[in-house]
Amino acid sequence: MTTTQPATTNRIAELNDVFRPSRSLGQEAWSRLIRNKASVVGMIIISFFIILAAFASVIAPENPLKINDGMRFLPPPFYKGSTNTQPDQRFLLGTDSLGRDVLSRVIYGARVSMVVGFIPTAIILMLGTVIGMISGYVGGRLDNVLMRLTDVIYAFPDLLFFIIVMVALRDSFLGRLMNGLILLFAALAIVNWVSVARLVRGQVLSLKQKEFVEAARCIGVKDARIMFRHILPNSLGPLIVSAAFSVPGLIITEAILGYLGIGLRPSTDSTAFFITSWGALMLDGQSAINGQPFLLLAPAICVALVVLAFTFLGDGLRDALDPRMRGTQ
Amino acid sequence: MTTYLIRRLFWLIPVLLTVSAVTFIIMRSAPGSPWDTDADRRQVDALTQKSLEAYYGLDKPMWRQFVGYVIGDWNSQTDKFVCGLVCGNLGPSYRQRGRSVQDILFAAPENQTFWQSRFGYSVRLGLSALVFAIFIGIPIGIIAALKQNTITDYIALFFATSGISVPSFVLAIFLIIIFGSWLHWVDIIVDDWTQVKYWLMPTLVLGFGTMAFTARLTRSAMLEVLRQDYIRTARAKGLAERVVVLRHMLKNALIPVITILGPALAGLVTGSFIIETMFSFPGMGRAYVQSIGQRDYSMIMGTTVVYALLVAVANLSVDVIYVFIDPRIRLEE
Repeated sequence: MTTTQPATTNRIAELNDVFRPSRSLGQEAWSRLIRNKASVVGMIIISFFIILAAFASVIAPENPLKINDGMRFLPPPFYKGSTNTQPDQRFLLGTDSLGRDVLSRVIYGARVSMVVGFIPTAIILMLGTVIGMISGYVGGRLDNVLMRLTDVIYAFPDLLFFIIVMVALRDSFLGRLMNGLILLFAALAIVNWVSVARLVRGQVLSLKQKEFVEAARCIGVKDARIMFRHILPNSLGPLIVSAAFSVPGLIITEAILGYLGIGLRPSTDSTAFFITSWGALMLDGQSAINGQPFLLLAPAICVALVVLAFTFLGDGLRDALDPRMRGTQ
Repeated sequence: MTTYLIRRLFWLIPVLLTVSAVTFIIMRSAPGSPWDTDADRRQVDALTQKSLEAYYGLDKPMWRQFVGYVIGDWNSQTDKFVCGLVCGNLGPSYRQRGRSVQDILFAAPENQTFWQSRFGYSVRLGLSALVFAIFIGIPIGIIAALKQNTITDYIALFFATSGISVPSFVLAIFLIIIFGSWLHWVDIIVDDWTQVKYWLMPTLVLGFGTMAFTARLTRSAMLEVLRQDYIRTARAKGLAERVVVLRHMLKNALIPVITILGPALAGLVTGSFIIETMFSFPGMGRAYVQSIGQRDYSMIMGTTVVYALLVAVANLSVDVIYVFIDPRIRLEE
């Protein structure tokens, strides 16, 4: 019946829309999000890489640190490189400069990218939200000082800042913690909270004039409670969208730093959780572009995929959380 | 207008001062001396290190080093005043003995023009990438908007989205492997940059992201203009479609596009260091990356200050141009 009478079905769908059980804003946004094909694809790719990162030790076919003598830069079995080296069936994507399995190293590399994408984003969101809220809500001189500070940080070319920090502090105590990951987090967070703070401040400035905030104040709700229970939930939408766009930016930054040789230190310790990153792999792959291009290609494809996935998800989230924004930009 | 310009120019001073102060503090807080490990891993003995430190003024207190870097200081050996950053002196390079940072960045090889200097090369690359981005991006945006919700539009949008999100160095890897290594259409290793054909790949790679962004921005700006009443009026009075599109739509749709050009150029000049390294392009960015590898602190610092100045000036110039092209903008906040 449904196929023969589309008009009736549409009518039923419309009626269902009118008489459906009430749903929360979150459920509403979610149903809009999963109707967006591109963002569903994005979510699938992201989940795939998260699983890859979490279970790298189970998924990786070889030990990513095992050095195979005399098997440097082997091409993958399916690839006819310009060199005459015979590929080995064990190494699906060939080997690197020390004869280590590329596929396994790429799988382990996902760990760094995922962690660098998500953890600084969480820090940035917290820092930016708190500073932006206080700046917007309190106003006055404090607001002025904080906003001038963001102006200055804005003017600093951020990639250059990361490079300086990573070069100078690499051998310091902070730079040695977790192969330099902590220093990277700190550098990324110091710069990137600014845009979140500006976003939140703008939201707060417009929301604090609204009637519901006035009503809350009238019945004697404390400032902190107004900020976090009344204003924050209403500015959550733009925050979530900015988080979705922040993650790929951070992943790209890490890849660039790794490619310049100033990212995470490659580990040779088999018990280490973070062994190598995609950026470091690309740096390694540059030297054998003709014989074994997959050392360069595989991590590059991974970076491109993850970044695209997050962009699609971010676009979808923006449409879902604020339907008025649909189609703009 | 003049007051506004002067105020904005003065705002550059604290910005640049902060940038150089932050860079200076971070660089100086690096553990150990810059000569702990030399470029060629030669251990420098204590006496040489002391004289090197005296030569570069590193034996002075931190604040004096900074003042010396920004304004100037008396040279301890010759007792002459050496002007600092304010006179465009970025100090001696730690690794390339006998050369100053500004010399490495801005001086052209003998008998050659300014455009042959490292900075000149980078500016030329940035400009050609910008020209590519504008002349490809804007037409794509116009066509996509005029054919909204058709397959052309979707293809253009998909390319624009991927162009914006996929970073240029990843794109460079794909193109180098496909066109250089597999198809042999282009040479991967180039040492003669006087030939125009070698500029094609770096220009394309560097400009692709900006091109995609320009296309998307043009499209959305065009879509907004498309439904305006004056467009309907223009059509109603029987103007040719070409005139409607070019004179009535595009003129208004380009305003948001022009605002991104300044930051885009700054981004292209400052963001090109990875592309320059990949294509072994003799520009400022490659010198910067090399100095990172050699831990040449004064070089890293000097380049950062130059980059920061470029970004600040680019942003300023956009704000000024904006006033001229859009009479609706008022500067008096």
